[in-house]
Amino acid sequence: MFDAYTSQVLTFIGINSILALSLYITALAGQLSVGHAAFMGIGAYTSALLMAKLGWPFFLTTACGAVAGGFFGFCIGLPTLRLKDLYLAIATLAFNIIWVVMVMNIEAFGGALGIFNVPKVTNNWIVYLSLGVLLLSFYRLQDSRMGRAFRAIEEDEDAARAMGVNAVYYKVYAFTLGAFLAAYAGALYAHFVTFISPHDFEVDRSIEILLFVVLGGGQTFIGPVVGAVLLTLAPEVLRFLAEYRLLVYGLMFVVIMLIRHEGLIEEDTISWKRWSRWLRREGDASPP
Amino acid sequence: MLAQQLVNGLTLGSTYALVALGFTLVFGILGMINFAHGEIFMLGAYMALLLVTVGKLGIFWALIGGMVGAAILGMLIERVSFRPLRKVSILAPLISTIGLSIFLRSLAQIVFGAESTRFPVNIKTEFYQVGPFQISLLQIIILAISFGLMSVFQVFIQKTKVGKAMRATSESLYTAGLLGIPVDRIILLSFAVASALGGVAGVLVGLNFNAISPLMGKMVGLKGLTIIILGGMGNITGAMVGGLFLGFVEVLSVGYLTSSYRDAVAFALMFLVLLIRPTGLFGRVAK
Repeated sequence: MFDAYTSQVLTFIGINSILALSLYITALAGQLSVGHAAFMGIGAYTSALLMAKLGWPFFLTTACGAVAGGFFGFCIGLPTLRLKDLYLAIATLAFNIIWVVMVMNIEAFGGALGIFNVPKVTNNWIVYLSLGVLLLSFYRLQDSRMGRAFRAIEEDEDAARAMGVNAVYYKVYAFTLGAFLAAYAGALYAHFVTFISPHDFEVDRSIEILLFVVLGGGQTFIGPVVGAVLLTLAPEVLRFLAEYRLLVYGLMFVVIMLIRHEGLIEEDTISWKRWSRWLRREGDASPP
Repeated sequence: MLAQQLVNGLTLGSTYALVALGFTLVFGILGMINFAHGEIFMLGAYMALLLVTVGKLGIFWALIGGMVGAAILGMLIERVSFRPLRKVSILAPLISTIGLSIFLRSLAQIVFGAESTRFPVNIKTEFYQVGPFQISLLQIIILAISFGLMSVFQVFIQKTKVGKAMRATSESLYTAGLLGIPVDRIILLSFAVASALGGVAGVLVGLNFNAISPLMGKMVGLKGLTIIILGGMGNITGAMVGGLFLGFVEVLSVGYLTSSYRDAVAFALMFLVLLIRPTGLFGRVAK
């Protein structure tokens, strides 16, 4: 249907979208994680190793990878409940770095060189089917009890607790789920690129995922996906800049923060009411 | 052997302390992290390199140049990333400085090449014996400069009027403004001082290891973060003590464990500290 190059870009867009959403779900409950790449790596390594060493089928290894990620997410999310904002971000960053160093030093996991010849099973059907399910789930989440609990915690955790929201339960849930999804994306990634090493899951990757959400907008679940799409396409589009690519990439964030710091997609941007008011030129309507 | 490691740890630690001071100054006043601080450190080293190689100036001027250049860079960053964004959200300046750090790192890679460059050291390799410690002339110079700067800084922040203004601003931006302190200018000055310290640290590290690379800022920046967590964010003494502590721990872990775990040690420590005391060892309640 598509040529090989386009198909490949589409796959990356899909995987990055899942990663962006995985960060978004932890952020929904007010927890900013800058270590999601580690969970991605856990999923990737688990799936790759299970297939290589035990010969398990794709669906089983991917599921195990995701569960492994969720497990570690739980282990990290629970003790870090007390940490707020910046401290939590730095703690997750630390976890990321520690994880990378540990994996680099374990020969059984391929050490610093990584794992080669991971069977290529991932295709666009699997990726986009997963993404579709995810998007549907997020849509339904907004008006659900859990979704509202998350929002309450994110707005003001103390007030939410006072209103009877079990913050501990929901925060850990959000963190675990985020890690689970990131690990799932990692497994998909491993079985697509066929070669993984610890360097694929360093802090740079975590920051990249963070940028998906920040660029696209953290107010709605569409935002992170838009961010993922744009930032996955950006290196391809900017390829003509060769070695000046990263310069532009870095500068882009400085500029975007100055112009539109909430991200591209705000709550208003996808609000039907807002658009129809503007189109009908009602009152003092302005474009969303 | 251990004695030698202590000297090495002290030397390394003092440079870390300078970097950490830069981070903690900015955090103390604004409650935000300048992610590009590591790149200021790196560019300070490169500015000194240029002064020594192209300008044919001595190491003394290279240090001054590194400091001044870094200070100017820091002030520019304040204008671009913090002034317009700090009232808007906590995350925006952070993201902006992340973008800046990527920008500055690739700029350095384009201009100076991605490999390590030798730092032309013209200091004689003399060793002195002080009891069980063997210390080189280079290490003495580094220690003298870092501790000298830290002492000057302490005097500045505690005894001068401007220092008092900075302390007041870090207690409460709003109240300081009400009391007539030119808050914007104080913030700009803090960035200048913080970056100057970072830049000098870059030069010293370049001297210490005789090599600088465009990527040296990344790890050091992250470690600076761990230091201020260990020492308590916004706490000046904590930053200095934390820096020295990290220097010791790193050197000892390289000596007694395998060197490949060196980076993990700092972060593992920090993670543990965060679990036990969420605001750092000497920290106060988060802003």
